Amino acid sequence: MSRARHLPSITNGQVRWHESLIQGGLGFCALISIITTATIIFILTRESVGFFQVIPVKDFLFGTSWVPMFEPSSFGVLPLLWGTLVITVGAALICIPIGLASAIYLSEYASAKQRSIIKPVLELLAGIPTVVYGYFALTFVTPALQYLFPDIQVFNALSGSIVVGIMVLPMVATLSDNALRAVPDSLRQGAYALGATSYEVTTQVVVPAGLSGIIASFLLAISRAIGETMAVTLAAGATPNLSFTFLESIQTMTAYIVQVSMGDTPAGGVAYQTMFAVAGLLFVITLLLNVIATFILKRYREVYQ
Amino acid sequence: MTASLTRSTTKQAHHMRSRHAKARIFAKFCGLVTWLGTALLLVLLWQIFSDGLRWLDIDFLRSFPSRFPERAGILSALAGTLWLISLVAIIAIPVGVATAIYIEEFGGKGKLVKIIDINISNLAGVPSIVYGIIGLTLFVRGLQLERSLISGALTMSLLILPVIIIASREAIRTVPDSIRHAAIALGATQWQTVWSHVLPASFPGILTGVILGLSRAIGETAPLIMIGALTYVAFVPEGPMDSFTALPIQIFNWVSRPQEEFHELAAAAIIVLLVVLLSMNSLAIFIRHKMEKKLQ
Repeated sequence: MSRARHLPSITNGQVRWHESLIQGGLGFCALISIITTATIIFILTRESVGFFQVIPVKDFLFGTSWVPMFEPSSFGVLPLLWGTLVITVGAALICIPIGLASAIYLSEYASAKQRSIIKPVLELLAGIPTVVYGYFALTFVTPALQYLFPDIQVFNALSGSIVVGIMVLPMVATLSDNALRAVPDSLRQGAYALGATSYEVTTQVVVPAGLSGIIASFLLAISRAIGETMAVTLAAGATPNLSFTFLESIQTMTAYIVQVSMGDTPAGGVAYQTMFAVAGLLFVITLLLNVIATFILKRYREVYQ
Repeated sequence: MTASLTRSTTKQAHHMRSRHAKARIFAKFCGLVTWLGTALLLVLLWQIFSDGLRWLDIDFLRSFPSRFPERAGILSALAGTLWLISLVAIIAIPVGVATAIYIEEFGGKGKLVKIIDINISNLAGVPSIVYGIIGLTLFVRGLQLERSLISGALTMSLLILPVIIIASREAIRTVPDSIRHAAIALGATQWQTVWSHVLPASFPGILTGVILGLSRAIGETAPLIMIGALTYVAFVPEGPMDSFTALPIQIFNWVSRPQEEFHELAAAAIIVLLVVLLSMNSLAIFIRHKMEKKLQ
C-alpha cells in the first residue's frame, strides 16, 4: 500500500538509485516466503514421486497394514492416518467444549479483573513448548489414567489426546473470544430489551453472530493437533494400530516421521522415502483445513456497521 | 376467569424462574470450566517444580550429559540453545521485518502482494515437522551443511518467519499516515520515511512479534530432531558449523528414558527452558514499556 507513490519523488539520480536498490532488497526478502513454499512443495513431490513409482498410490492410501522397516514390508498408510484421527478427535472433544465455554465466559461474563488474570494464563499456556506437554503426559496424565483404568498401556492414545487437547485449548479460547467480542453490543442490548436471559442472549444471538470465527478457531486448532509431534510421540508411542481404542498405543503420521529420522534408515531407499510421502499427506491435510478456515472467516463473516 | 388468570400468571412466573435458573447455571458452568482450565497451568508448574527443583544447582548447569543421573547436566544443551537463538535472530529478524516493510510500504496493491499475503498465512499453518524435513533435505543434505548449528538455525528461521512477518505488518499498519505525509512533505524519500519514522514508531509492536517468534524457536523440538541435532554432546559448540544439541532435545531424550531420575532431570531442564523463555519475554515487555513512554 504505497501511501506515498503519488507524491512527487526527488529527481536526484543518486538518491533514486539508492532507493531502488533498497526496494529491490526488500522485495527479495519478500520473495523468500514464496521460495519457501515452492521448496516445500518441490521436495515433498519429488521424493513422493520416487516412492509412488515403487508403491502404487492405491496401496498407500487404502492399505491397512503399515510395516515399512521389515520384510515382508507393507505400505498402507491407514493405520497412521487412523492414529492421527484418534488423537485429533480426542483432542477436539476436550478443546472445543472447554475452549468455547472459556471464550463465552471471557467475553460475556468475566469482569475486567478476571480477564486480566485469565488472558495472561492462556498466553503462558500457549507459549509452553510442546515437549513439555509430552513430559506432562508421561509423568502426570498417564499415571493418573493408570489409576482410573488399571489395564491401560504405558503409551496410550488417551494420554496423548488429553495433552494435545490442553495444548490447543488456548488457541480455541483466544480466537473464539476475539470472534465473540467482535459482535456489537447493540445486538445484545436488543435481545435483553426483548426480555431474553443472559443464556438466551449468548446461545441465540451472540454465538450465532460470531459463528464463522468460532468454527475457524476449531478448524485451526484441529489442524494444529494433526501436525503436533512431540507430545504424541512421547505419550502415544509407536505402534501403528487400526483398532478403535484409546487405551492402547498407536502411532500418528508425525510420530512415524520422527521414528524414521531417529533411526539409521539409509537415505534414498523406499523406507526413507515413506517419510516424504507421509509428510506430503500431512501437508495436504493441514493446508486444506487452513484454507477452509480462512475461507469461512472471509466468506461468512457477519459485518456490522 | 380470575382463577384461570392467576393460574396462567403462576405458570408464567414459573417459566420465568426456570429460564433465569438456566441462565445462572450456564454462567456458573462457563466460569467453572474456565477457571479449571486456568488451574491446569498451576498443576503443570507444580508437577515440573516438585520433580525438578532438587536437581537444579550450579553443577547441573556446568556439566555435560551423562548416563549417571547425579553427574548429568545441561551445559552443552544450554550453549546450543543460546547459539541457535542468536543465529536465528541474525537470520530471521532482518528478513522478516524487510518482508513486512516491503508488503506494507512498497508493494502497492498488486497481485504479487496478494500472493505473498496468502502464502504467508498458509506457511504459518504448516506443521513444524514438515519444516524439519525441508531442513534435512535442503540444508543438511542439499547444501551439505551437515548436522550443524547453521542448518538448525536456517530451518528454525524458515519456521518462525511467518510469525515475525505477520506481527511486524500489524505494527507497521498502526502507524498513522500523517507521519508518512509529514516526512514526505519535508523532502524525505520513501525509504528515509520508513527508516526514520515508520520503523521507530512501530518498533514496540515489531519487537513483540520478534520475541514471539524467537520463543517459538527456543521451544521447538521436532525440526531439530529431523535435522539430526545430537542427543549426546559432550562439548560446547564454538562456531556455526559445529554439531550441537539444544534444551528441548535434551528434555526429549531424558523424558523418553524409563528411569524416574531422568524424568526429574527433564523437569529440571524444563525449569531452565522456562526461565530462558520468561526472561526473554520480560525483556521485551521492559523495552516496549520504555519505547512507548519515549514515543509519547
